[in-house]
Amino acid sequence: MADALFKIEDLHLSLPDLARKPLFGATPRITILKGLSFTVPEGAITGIVGESGSGKTSLGRTLIRLLNPDAGRIDFAGRDIAGLDEEALRPLRRDLQIIFQDPFSSLNPRKTVGAIIGAPLLLHKVAASSGEARDLALDALTHVGLPASFAARYPHELSGGQRQRVGIARAVALKPRFILADEIVSGLDVSSQAQILTLLMELRARMNFTMAFISHDLSVVRRLCDRVIVMRKGEIVEDADTATLFEKPQHAYTRLLRDSIPLPEVSDGWLAEA
Amino acid sequence: MTEAYLDISDLSVALQHSGDRLLRGVSLAVKPGEVHALVGESGAGKSMIARAVFGILPKAVTILEGQVTIEGADLNGMSQAARRLFIGKRAAFIPQDPLTALNPSKRIADQISDRLIHILGMPKAKAHARAATLLEEVKIADPERVMRLYPHELSGGMRQRVLIAAAFAGEPRLIVADEPTTALDVTVQRQILALIAGMQARHGTALLFITHNLGVVAKLCQTASVLYAGKVVEQTGVRQLFADPQHAYTRALMAATPRYDRPEESLKPASPELMGELAREVAETDTLWAKERAHG
Repeated sequence: MADALFKIEDLHLSLPDLARKPLFGATPRITILKGLSFTVPEGAITGIVGESGSGKTSLGRTLIRLLNPDAGRIDFAGRDIAGLDEEALRPLRRDLQIIFQDPFSSLNPRKTVGAIIGAPLLLHKVAASSGEARDLALDALTHVGLPASFAARYPHELSGGQRQRVGIARAVALKPRFILADEIVSGLDVSSQAQILTLLMELRARMNFTMAFISHDLSVVRRLCDRVIVMRKGEIVEDADTATLFEKPQHAYTRLLRDSIPLPEVSDGWLAEA
Repeated sequence: MTEAYLDISDLSVALQHSGDRLLRGVSLAVKPGEVHALVGESGAGKSMIARAVFGILPKAVTILEGQVTIEGADLNGMSQAARRLFIGKRAAFIPQDPLTALNPSKRIADQISDRLIHILGMPKAKAHARAATLLEEVKIADPERVMRLYPHELSGGMRQRVLIAAAFAGEPRLIVADEPTTALDVTVQRQILALIAGMQARHGTALLFITHNLGVVAKLCQTASVLYAGKVVEQTGVRQLFADPQHAYTRALMAATPRYDRPEESLKPASPELMGELAREVAETDTLWAKERAHG
């Protein structure tokens, strides 16, 4: 068993419920995460699955400290980062990268692909000069299977799958220790989805990063992830290695999620059981 | 042999300014009581076919040739008003996004009964009662309460149930559903698919079901058309489609689909050779078509 990169203990998160905000007085808070404890092993891909409202995205964002937890520990590489302020977090940001779900809104439409990948390299001083940043950006493009000529293009000139490759290039170029991938193939067609997931598997073999892969789709997780955390209503329902989770799910909710996926084969009665 | 209720034959549509074809001679038929899948990836032209059926193609798109008939009547020959009335009494649409398809400023009751009042000429009280029955049929608990609510007060699954109720309201003989479960969680998707299947079977509706999800095709549909670049590359019974897919594109789509039961055989990206072959096939179709037009 590899060492844990993240060790989470009793993590609580609540957010202001703006829909119920009164005219005067404090905004009521809505509880999102209800005391989660788990580890993220170094070098592995951990799947976080659940339906909408389960808290999977909030959990991911709390891990990389885009959200502030109410209570609990987030040990990252042996250091509790749960209570760190923005300034203390800044040196860690390079190692806590994210790839977003929507490749349309997460790339600046006014910057070229080369600039999008190069800017964080300069910001985090991975590249000493803009020339070096450009070279590293071109390397990153090659790694994600895009031709170097794409560096001069703008996001609107690319397809959804190509944009998602740029998002991946931007994250991996920094050689971070941890990458959060939040529903990164949900908006793609099956053929681009297969390409992106194959790419992730290749990159993982080559670059050895740790990843949390958030998805609502259990069948995607099956192929990619080493282990899976199933979430429901802000709690962890099941946490197991992938093969065990699919073959011998312990919790009825995990079974329900798995059996709700329509397999591409004809079977009468699947709908009647619903 | 039952006659087709919806019959699309040799339909080609193109962008007006460039002449590029978006649909390349599409033919498909849906019989009463049949669920026909229209499968393809984004940009294949699935929604364009739905729009052609309802006569709501974008302004920049023109029909080059081909026919769309419902109950044997050619829709292209009708005036806009005649067409609206004709289709309104016979066909309905279930959209993908249940939030934007519902009017945010209208109560659920009115969203269902409007169609009954305006198109079928039902008296208001009767339409209201019918709306309540329909909501019960789509398994909404306490329909009288839900009828007074606005769309934003419902969950995604509930909204989709309301749209299904609205679609079946006028007893249409044809329903076109455009990815109606894509935005839903899998557990809700299964319930909604079961609901659609049950309603369709009870009412004997001809259902054209647009989807990119082969799993949904396998579980819900009896026949299927696989669409690539506006062209039907394979058209067959669903059992046949999965047992022995004929076209390379169909096989590639199946290989790319994720499967939790066979992870190693799934999520296989299509080879560049196949993509090249498909592009050539489309180009050949266009050349042949241009030649026929020149001689015709």
